[in-house]
Amino acid sequence: MATYNTSEFRGGLKIMLDGDPYSIIENEFVKPGKGQAFNRVKVRNLKTGRVIEKTFRSGESVDAADVMDLSLQYLYNDGEYWHFMDPDSFEQYQADKTAIGDAVNWIKEQDLCSVTLWNGQPLSVEAPNFVTLKIVETDPGLKGDTSGGGGKPATLETGAVVRVPLFVQIDEVIKVDTRNGEYVSRAKDE
Amino acid sequence: MSDWRPCASMDLLRDRAEALAAIRHFFSERQVLEVDTPALASAANPDASIDSITAKAGPHTGPLFLQTSPEFFMKRLLCAGSGPVYQLCHVFRNDEQGRNHNPEFTMLEWYRTGFNMFDLIDEVEALMSLLIPAIDAPATRITYHGLFEQTTGLDLGTATRADIRALARELGIVIPAHHPDEGLVEMIFNIATDSWMKQQPAVVVHHFPADQASLAMLSPDDPHLALRFEYYVDGLELANGFQELADPHEQRRRFEADNARRRKRGAQTMPIDEYLLAALDHGLPPCSGVAAGIDRILMIRNRQPDIASVMAFPFPRA
Repeated sequence: MATYNTSEFRGGLKIMLDGDPYSIIENEFVKPGKGQAFNRVKVRNLKTGRVIEKTFRSGESVDAADVMDLSLQYLYNDGEYWHFMDPDSFEQYQADKTAIGDAVNWIKEQDLCSVTLWNGQPLSVEAPNFVTLKIVETDPGLKGDTSGGGGKPATLETGAVVRVPLFVQIDEVIKVDTRNGEYVSRAKDE
Repeated sequence: MSDWRPCASMDLLRDRAEALAAIRHFFSERQVLEVDTPALASAANPDASIDSITAKAGPHTGPLFLQTSPEFFMKRLLCAGSGPVYQLCHVFRNDEQGRNHNPEFTMLEWYRTGFNMFDLIDEVEALMSLLIPAIDAPATRITYHGLFEQTTGLDLGTATRADIRALARELGIVIPAHHPDEGLVEMIFNIATDSWMKQQPAVVVHHFPADQASLAMLSPDDPHLALRFEYYVDGLELANGFQELADPHEQRRRFEADNARRRKRGAQTMPIDEYLLAALDHGLPPCSGVAAGIDRILMIRNRQPDIASVMAFPFPRA
């Protein structure tokens, strides 16, 4: 198995700790003038997203996590798994509920998502930053209100609910920022 | 190459010149002699936690080492009767790079004959408050054991290996499979004391455990303690000092123990500095000495986030 020495530590490096894959967020080298050198790192658990701090004696090695990010096309959901395909190799992958996480609110067939694989299995799925989705349900707003002030809830074709301006209607397609779940604009001719 | 320019601003480079002039004035007023010793030498500090950079100076010399501190040369001067001496010089440490580290940095080192550890701590504080006006109160002075117990609840005097490992795990230290206990106390100390350190104007930690004596003499009152101190501002170590070990036999024993630790780790052993041992044999006057990192002092003095910000050409621009 590949290993990394502490001198190779840097942001983004994927390592194994206590059986889970982690990504290094921050690495600080600490060395008393006369004394033991060590590395204090902030790491994110790639399964749970939890961030913890760890300290390694400098010069030690840590197992590398077999983790990679791929851009995969979302195909369909069979009720239990979400299926993805690598558009270059046509290789297919299935993500479970944990891996799909919040992305389930935003993705529809054909969307390209960033999928993190661990030992060849999807570990997490990131929806595109912006998606365009159709509104399937919302209160009819007051005609003529274009201020965008108050807003109202709207249910999208994926089931997600976002706040939209009063003038946006059922069957309209809107652009949403998936990072904060906010309405951006009406989608233009899409 | 777009990064040919200096990293530090011209203002900070001028401030460095002013600080160096203030240091020279400080020591000249106190009649401490400025000296200039080699950066390249045939021996190096065998301390297992310090890695020297090796160099060659032609076919007729053996391996040479860039000095990690001018300490051995300055002690030879003291043995030869120099009286109190100071030096501003560049020193080199292999594999040390980070927010607070650069493999080459500027060190201020000075030795005071007739000073005990606390006399020298007083002088360190006087110089630091001159260089860092933001330090507006005397440093909090505390023993290593006292601070360890205050921040971890563990008494190092009675703690077992199992206690220390349990505490280390609690603090997120990944305990290596081989030589698991090596360096654990030092790592715990750094992690556990960090936030307390940052709340003090400045801190002097003194009386280190004997196994971290480095080149300090052991306390005549308690051989478990070494007359070593460190000075911190904002949790950053700015200086490390000793009431100096003068006994050549004990010094040789420590060098050999350092090399034994290196062998155990599979690291290269270092030639022992026989010049230093011969000088100690001749006699080192009772003295205390301290080394301070100039770049770090400038970092704190100018509230800079990293050491590179106060250096003209830090790595990788060097």
